[in-house]
Amino acid sequence: MSDIVLDIRNLRVEFPTRKGVLTAVDDISLQIRRGEILGMVGESGAGKSMTGMAILGLLEPPGRIAAGSIHLSGDRIDGLDDRALQAIRGRRIGAVFQDPLTSLNPLFRVGDQLVETIRLHTGLSRSRARARAKDLMHEVGIPAVEERIDSYPHQFSGGMRQRIVIALALCAEPELIVADEPTTALDVSIQAQITALLRRLCRERGTAVLLVTHDMGVIAETADRVAVMYAGRLAELGPVDEIVRRPNHPYTSGLMGSIPSLRKDVDELQMIPGSMPRLDAIPPGCAFNPRCTHAGPRCRRETPRIDSPGAACWLALEGEVA
Amino acid sequence: MTQRSGAILEVDALERRFDVSAPWLNRLLEGRPRRTLRAVDGVDFTIQRGQTLALVGESGCGKSTIAKLVTGLHAPSGGAIRFHGDRDRMQMIFQDPFASLNPRWRVARIVAEPLRTLRPDTPEPEVTARVADLLRTVGLSPTDGTKFPHEFSGGQRQRISIARALAGEPEFLVCDEPTSALDVSVQAQVLNLMKRLQREMGLTYLFISHDLSVVRHMADVIAVMYLGRIVEIQPTADLFAAPLHPYTRLLLDTIPDLEAPDRNRIPMGGEVPSPVSPPPGCSFHPRCPLAFDRCRTERPERRADVHDRRVACFACETPADGAAADV
Ligand SMILES: Nc1ncnc2c1ncn2[C@@H]1O[C@H](COP(=O)(O)OP(=O)(O)OP(=O)(O)O)[C@@H](O)[C@H]1O
Ligand SMILES: Nc1ncnc2c1ncn2[C@@H]1O[C@H](COP(=O)(O)OP(=O)(O)O)[C@@H](O)[C@H]1O
Ligand code: SF4
Ligand code: SF4
Ligand SMILES: [Mg+2]
Ligand SMILES: [Mg+2]
Repeated sequence: MSDIVLDIRNLRVEFPTRKGVLTAVDDISLQIRRGEILGMVGESGAGKSMTGMAILGLLEPPGRIAAGSIHLSGDRIDGLDDRALQAIRGRRIGAVFQDPLTSLNPLFRVGDQLVETIRLHTGLSRSRARARAKDLMHEVGIPAVEERIDSYPHQFSGGMRQRIVIALALCAEPELIVADEPTTALDVSIQAQITALLRRLCRERGTAVLLVTHDMGVIAETADRVAVMYAGRLAELGPVDEIVRRPNHPYTSGLMGSIPSLRKDVDELQMIPGSMPRLDAIPPGCAFNPRCTHAGPRCRRETPRIDSPGAACWLALEGEVA
Repeated sequence: MTQRSGAILEVDALERRFDVSAPWLNRLLEGRPRRTLRAVDGVDFTIQRGQTLALVGESGCGKSTIAKLVTGLHAPSGGAIRFHGDRDRMQMIFQDPFASLNPRWRVARIVAEPLRTLRPDTPEPEVTARVADLLRTVGLSPTDGTKFPHEFSGGQRQRISIARALAGEPEFLVCDEPTSALDVSVQAQVLNLMKRLQREMGLTYLFISHDLSVVRHMADVIAVMYLGRIVEIQPTADLFAAPLHPYTRLLLDTIPDLEAPDRNRIPMGGEVPSPVSPPPGCSFHPRCPLAFDRCRTERPERRADVHDRRVACFACETPADGAAADV
């Protein structure tokens, strides 16, 4: 069996509106292997969350997958009906969102929520499910599990809640975890604890992870490969070390240059002029061309695309923009 | 007004407590005591004219409370704030540029407001010209004055906030997480703008952020806070070259470093305790790898070492004279 867990081909997500169809995700192809963390970065509105939601089958109508395919370990999962999708969510794909409270029920003790989820997916007896819940809480780093298992979510700190959400996502030993900004609401010291946890789970259980974040530092230290998104499109895809050290897409290098350094003194941060276009005003050709210092005539005419590691940029692909 | 030693702001033993008790009736029925939260617990620092002092620390450590004390939005529970400048020329920039702009006013009116307050009898054509100037200064166009805040992106809204703050002809700006809501590329535009304005107008900033790389880029002096106190204060270059307090050192070891990514970084253990019932002694002791008996009972005061760096930690003192051991 191939070890590709997630296989996305030419994915397109659209929102039909009165003023026309908005394309939030445009022709994205990527794969994640067993035990691999793929980081997805980009500025707000780049289409990161919509990609995650499409995988989870959680796009809010009228949003819809308009083209392409999504396979999970060989099984096609886009276009399934709600019941089939619900069965896959939780059992084969775990989800972790920015705000842990959206995934937790405030009225139930965390232990009971874990037990219910475990029983739903495994059919274990109540007592065996409780033992498993304790193991999971221990595994995600909750101290004094015996004392905490009967607490309510509001009695936990933000970092502890996010650990419980990760434990919930792990209940059925899913093949894939989609984590959308899982550390964004947390303090730096807690953020590092959560990313270390994700890395360990990947290594030990072979889970594949799509880690969506706008934080390049988190990606650099957590992901194996990275997908850089811009205006709903894949700008660059490749091993994280290469992209952090030698970005090939002008947008990626601009992004890297705009981040203040912890080591070097600079008077001025590098700036990318302008801002990301709105979905109803994406320029023809390369979506980055109005902000790009290298843009040439071809960039305004034809859209560069990638479906394997590389940069979606005429300069990088063909060495010229004429 | 005296301008002693170039200091524009001196904060001395500043305290702010909040009453976070349950409602009176619950206390009575359930026999619960009054509870006090020490949001700011004996803080001192000085800011020199034309410089930037940054407060950095994790959520809830008291940064915004200090900003509100300095700008007079909160009254201190103890200590003193001495401002050697013109109170009317102190302005504040907030984290959420949308919440702080009146959605029903056009941008020109928003920007003109502090000017009209400062000099009520400015003739209208002069106000208009000045607003146009200010919009240009922050990289917007004078025609943007006719638009409403919702017509702008997050970064542009933060520029509008800055233009409004500048309209009050400030000498001192309190900036509370001015770029935390912005994407990094937009953050770069705003930070560059703030630095340019400081150079050109000699502004002084009290700059608040939880992001150490932003603070490193912006500040001359950095004060690191933990649970309502400043645990360490040093000139920026020194803080990064030789962090003294165990918390600062763990913090610097914990944050991801784009230029030297470390995938096996060991995260700092534990969490920030509740400020309602902080641990006794040094409040960092439950997370501190260097903690010893004294730390659990006695509270370290911030002392200057031989190099005049100041840190509140017993492990950084030599027993004899209280000077920092080279750790
Ligand atoms: N009006 C208030 N009443 C009660 N407690 C308050 C009040 N304002 C602040 N606090 C508490 O004081 C402490 C310090 O809060 P503050 O807003 O200054 O933190 P901060 O450092 O700015 O955090 P953040 O990084 O999350 O903005 C927190 O524990 C907070 O809950
Ligand atoms: N219900 C919706 N209707 C129209 N556009 C939407 C809707 N939800 C999201 N979008 C748009 O899709 C784009 C991508 O959004 P998202 O994936 O959430 O971005 P991010 O990269 O910040 O996670 C944005 O331009 C957003 O405004
Ligand atoms: S394709 Fe052209 S406009 Fe787009 S990033 Fe490359 S050089 Fe710039
Ligand atoms: S005083 Fe003690 S507990 Fe506090 S930081 Fe120093 S060594 Fe650690
Ligand atoms: Mg998102
Ligand atoms: Mg704050």
